[in-house]
Amino acid sequence: MAVKTYSAGVKEYRQTYWEPDYNVQDTDILACFKITPQPGVDREEAAAAVAAESSTGTWTTVWTDLLTDLDYYKGRAYHIEDVPGDDTCFYAFIAYPIDLFEEGSVVNVFTSLVGNVFGFKAIRALRLEDVRFPIAFVKTCGGPPYGIQAERDKLNKYGRALLGCTIKPKLGLSAKNYGRAVYECLRGGLDLTKDDENINSQPFMRWRQRFEFVMEAIHKAERETGERKGHYLNVTAPTPEEMYKRAEFAKELGAPIIMHDFLTGGFTANTGLANWCRNNGMLLHIHRAMHAVLDRNPHHGIHFRVLAKALRLSGGDHLHSGTVVGKLEGDREATLGWIDIMRESFIKEDRSRGIFFDQDWGSMPGVFPVASGGIHVWHMPALVAIFGDDACLQFGGGTLGHPWGNAAGAAANRVALEACVEARNEGIPIEKEGKAILTQAAKHSPELKIAMETWKEIKFEFDTVDKLDVAHK
Amino acid sequence: MSEMIDYKSRLSDPASRKFETFSYLPALSEEQIRKQVEYIVSKGWNPAVEHTEPEYLMSNYWYMWKLPMFGETDVDRILAEAEACHKANPNNHVRLIGYDNFSQSQGTAMVIYRGKTV
Repeated sequence: MAVKTYSAGVKEYRQTYWEPDYNVQDTDILACFKITPQPGVDREEAAAAVAAESSTGTWTTVWTDLLTDLDYYKGRAYHIEDVPGDDTCFYAFIAYPIDLFEEGSVVNVFTSLVGNVFGFKAIRALRLEDVRFPIAFVKTCGGPPYGIQAERDKLNKYGRALLGCTIKPKLGLSAKNYGRAVYECLRGGLDLTKDDENINSQPFMRWRQRFEFVMEAIHKAERETGERKGHYLNVTAPTPEEMYKRAEFAKELGAPIIMHDFLTGGFTANTGLANWCRNNGMLLHIHRAMHAVLDRNPHHGIHFRVLAKALRLSGGDHLHSGTVVGKLEGDREATLGWIDIMRESFIKEDRSRGIFFDQDWGSMPGVFPVASGGIHVWHMPALVAIFGDDACLQFGGGTLGHPWGNAAGAAANRVALEACVEARNEGIPIEKEGKAILTQAAKHSPELKIAMETWKEIKFEFDTVDKLDVAHK
Repeated sequence: MSEMIDYKSRLSDPASRKFETFSYLPALSEEQIRKQVEYIVSKGWNPAVEHTEPEYLMSNYWYMWKLPMFGETDVDRILAEAEACHKANPNNHVRLIGYDNFSQSQGTAMVIYRGKTV
């Protein structure tokens, strides 16, 4: 082995961290960054700088570099690509050896990949577009406590999407009135209801009272309808100790599912809670408050497909995914891409859906994507066509806003869902025939008929802010 | 806007009990059942028939009608087994299942003959 000597000073990053001939290892963690460099910084240097700053490097040479095998531990920029339709930035592909990261620690990976490097002066903006987690790393993570198949078995729901609803108004209801709203939704035909993410344990409704009333609602709705029901009891709390205390009480009451906000709560809390759920027979619904702060800017931040991978590794049985059709609209192809990332076992690289790497999850269970926000019965044909069965469709206003109340609103949604599934199974193109399918179903359901009259005209047609990068035609 | 209708569902009324997929639609006609069987076959799932007394429908384990029909793709034979189960247990819910052995779960499940709830 060649002996290296110490020479103090600042070297160009590319001398150490740019290796276009590098052979990617099966065990490497791979990242694709979209880099917008400062004027005058060339691409190779900027890419090498990002590789260095997100792995072993610092701004100057240090003598202790020579005490380690830097060639083994360093991250390497190995490939550069144009961003279609945008000359201000480029894609840089970086490989990190697996031993840079602690086993089973999503926290550790992200502390490196999206750490100090995001404030680095030589770049104007930086976005983490995708990460390939090698199966060797995936196997060290717990993943979803149950996953799609086991949840179906626990809840006895097959051959259709799950139906849910977030209880509104999101703040201010008393626990008993809140439980009433839950009960009405569940007896009307929904499978699951949800605490709004803002609901933790405020003065107007403390968590313990909410849990007790909600569980009474669930138990009665189950006896009344003969179907399994649940409500995502939000255990997101100021401290992990308090979070576990709430989770324990939910278990004591016989709740089937609890809920956590994985970004505001943090990866450490989330991974711990997912482990607790696996050990305690509890399903885990995951909300994603703060995601748009990270993923909405096309030039800076972290793409949602990366956040979705982080959650699948950290653990959760449901994750909000965007709807494509409602008030929180997303690019359809990109959304389909990260939906696959949540629930499939192997996802091929596919730039047309924004997927930069093959991703092999091995036997790690899949996560239910949750479509929620601004959707109502008229969206049902499109939702069934886009999401298929392995999804949770959540109609908040689209249930509670029904002119006859929650139970009728729930029944309208359930009839609409089942009519679309039946038609799809018969081979009918349901997006094209949506109106006819719903109109036919409404003949047997006055609740659906009124819902269709109430919401016919509502449309959300704002342009998507974060589009896939494609050349302008 | 038409007049508000009360939502009729009662603990005291056994007819209020639902049974998951398609239980909010009118009972499937023979022609509709055939199409659902064709769907199960087209997905490559293994058809199976099971049944229960309506009052015990919340149990995970209904009574299996014989064994799942592994590899069976003849729609008429599948329909004949479902009908035989129904004739032998006329008061019971009869459920058609498509077992997906790759996901190790049920691809779909639906009650195709509705039992007597009163």
